[in-house]
Amino acid sequence: MKHNYLARAVGLAAISAMTLGAGSALAKDAITIAVPSFLTGGAAGPFGIPAMNGAKMVADAINAGKLPAPYDSKGFGGATATIEAIDEGGGATKQVAEYRNLVEKRGVDAVVGYISSGNCQALAPIAEELKQFTIFATCGTPRIFEEAPRKYVFRTMGHATADNVAAAMYVKEKYPDLKGYTGINQNYAWGQDSWRDFDLTLKQIMPNSMASDKTQFPKIFAGQYGSEISAMSLDKADLIHTSFWGGDLEAFIFQGNARGLFKKKIGVFTVGGTAAYRLGKKLPDGLVLGARGPYGILVRDRDSALNQWFVNTYKNLYGTYPSGPAYQYGQAILAAKIAYDKAGSDASDEALGDALRGITFESFSTTVEMSLGGGHQAVTENGYGITKYDDENGENVVTDVKFYPGSCIMPPEGVNSVDWIKGGMKGAKC
Amino acid sequence: MLEDKTSKFVLFGGVLIILAGAFAPNWIVNQFMFGFSRALAIVGLMVLWRTGLVSFGHAFYFGLGAYAVAILDIQLGVTDVFLRLLAGALVAGLAGFLLGFILRNYRDIFFAMLNTAISMVLFGIVVKTESLGSTDGFAISMSTIFGLAPETKYPLFVIITSVGVIAALLVNYYLKTTYGRLTTAIRDNEIRVEYLGFSVAHAIHLKYTISTILAGGAGALMAMSLGQVDPESMINWTVSGELVFVTILSGPGNVIAPFIGSLVFEVLRTYAFELAPQAWQLIMGATFLTIIFFLPGGIWSLLEKLGGRKNGK
Repeated sequence: MKHNYLARAVGLAAISAMTLGAGSALAKDAITIAVPSFLTGGAAGPFGIPAMNGAKMVADAINAGKLPAPYDSKGFGGATATIEAIDEGGGATKQVAEYRNLVEKRGVDAVVGYISSGNCQALAPIAEELKQFTIFATCGTPRIFEEAPRKYVFRTMGHATADNVAAAMYVKEKYPDLKGYTGINQNYAWGQDSWRDFDLTLKQIMPNSMASDKTQFPKIFAGQYGSEISAMSLDKADLIHTSFWGGDLEAFIFQGNARGLFKKKIGVFTVGGTAAYRLGKKLPDGLVLGARGPYGILVRDRDSALNQWFVNTYKNLYGTYPSGPAYQYGQAILAAKIAYDKAGSDASDEALGDALRGITFESFSTTVEMSLGGGHQAVTENGYGITKYDDENGENVVTDVKFYPGSCIMPPEGVNSVDWIKGGMKGAKC
Repeated sequence: MLEDKTSKFVLFGGVLIILAGAFAPNWIVNQFMFGFSRALAIVGLMVLWRTGLVSFGHAFYFGLGAYAVAILDIQLGVTDVFLRLLAGALVAGLAGFLLGFILRNYRDIFFAMLNTAISMVLFGIVVKTESLGSTDGFAISMSTIFGLAPETKYPLFVIITSVGVIAALLVNYYLKTTYGRLTTAIRDNEIRVEYLGFSVAHAIHLKYTISTILAGGAGALMAMSLGQVDPESMINWTVSGELVFVTILSGPGNVIAPFIGSLVFEVLRTYAFELAPQAWQLIMGATFLTIIFFLPGGIWSLLEKLGGRKNGK
């Protein structure tokens, strides 16, 4: 770690010496990007670390000018970026305090990251207050741009509505005779929104299936789901929806699997993608698996140059295939490059915002349209597949993968997600 | 009331900090606001500690104070800084007064754990209730002062520092009254205190209530300076632990100690977080162990030693 910083510092010094000689006066040679992600706690291993790896890998490649075209120019608007890793653990209030430190004490140029919806929701107003250019990478609650217009805050991936509308549509296609469904979701913005969107969509498109009245909402990072699994085993519903992620997700799969839960019920995992590579044979077959968009295991075989670069470089560097969070953080860093390239490395926070607002760009695995929330919220396609353990290669694969276009699963601009679903998803182009 | 050395030092120090704050960068002002907000609760815990009682559940009152601000803001739109502070301190103080009837009968580990239990009940309720913000908590709108919305954080910083000064002076005075002096007497020998004609239960009840009012005020000020409340950072047992940590770090020697200790804690955490994002908890833990091993009287005892050496004692 230390060595790395030293090497970077020497490199930076060398680069700045060179450019100083060349006489570039205005443009900055170096910028600092703070990247918050879970580095401690249960969410670190499955989610936070791959996310950080993805961000660092993409930033290093950009600094070296090694990304495939059209992103093969060197640096962020020519400037070399230093990534400052920040721990996202400890609750929203602590993150607010740390964010203030980041901006006011450490003076970072951009903040790119955040996994937890709770953190994003708390930080969006603070970022606006401090006028700090911020890209949310992964967090999913739709409320961020639906509650208030934002000027400095962006999100470069789809939100919970897309995940859950797509999940409901996939369920309708695969299990048209479904009679009842229940859910287990964490009791905070992300879990509540996920369940609400999934439930409302199924009520619209599968009016004959009934929601259980005993849906489970354990606390985030609870880790123990014995009583919830008992309750769901006894429930008549034959499908379980969950938006669990990170360590909670793995704990739930282990504990549910041990008690045969996924033999009796269909499991729909909207953020299950991270478990596919980590759990190997311990991941049950037949789960409906999502990755919060076209990321991770769902897009491993897409053969665009950008995607192949991403998959192969990641595999070489870290020894495993990249999961969703790696893609999502990489995508957010890429968006930062695009903004800096357009606005210049010495651009103000306003100019960086203007550069990113409303654009469409080609990311590693998909096309990202910044078309919602006044051009601040991305829309992408979203897909699901069914898990299957491949004995020959000793790894998990997904079968029956189906993608839904963004215009089919996200509300049109200006319409609140809940109202859109309740109103029968008008204007959806599938 | 203001004749002794401590009072003079508190007044002088407070004025100096307020003046210096006008020229300090924002992040330092922030550190002082967080540090001094928490210090209020530490002053209360210090009074309890002198009595021989350690509460591992004062996040209950800290959280009540913080959530009082949040709920007043969201339900009634109350933004006045003094109303918010008053509400936080009163709600917590009332809860502390009522619970005091039960808790004053317990000592040692039973007192510590009963407090924890009570705080975890509140934690459980808040986490499970969507209308109380569950795990996400609430964002709190900026505080106003007599209807004026300040442009910067400085006015709030001045108010927090002044509240800290007033609280320190009052508690310092209280510790010198007869009831105040009973703190160490109760710790040393309760039966003798009873024989002297004082009710130990009453004395403990009073001290407990004082500590809860201070903790509630601390929570309210913290909520206002952060602009966010959530159960993990305000009510959870880890917060109670943090308060005890800072109390031990500060040392029970003087009412000034909590303010210094709390500030040191804030700065320590900021730098640990910055330098070792993956192992900052380890740094905090190592500091804690070091204090317990080498400075059982806290930072204050170190200052005392240094001061003593200077005076040739």
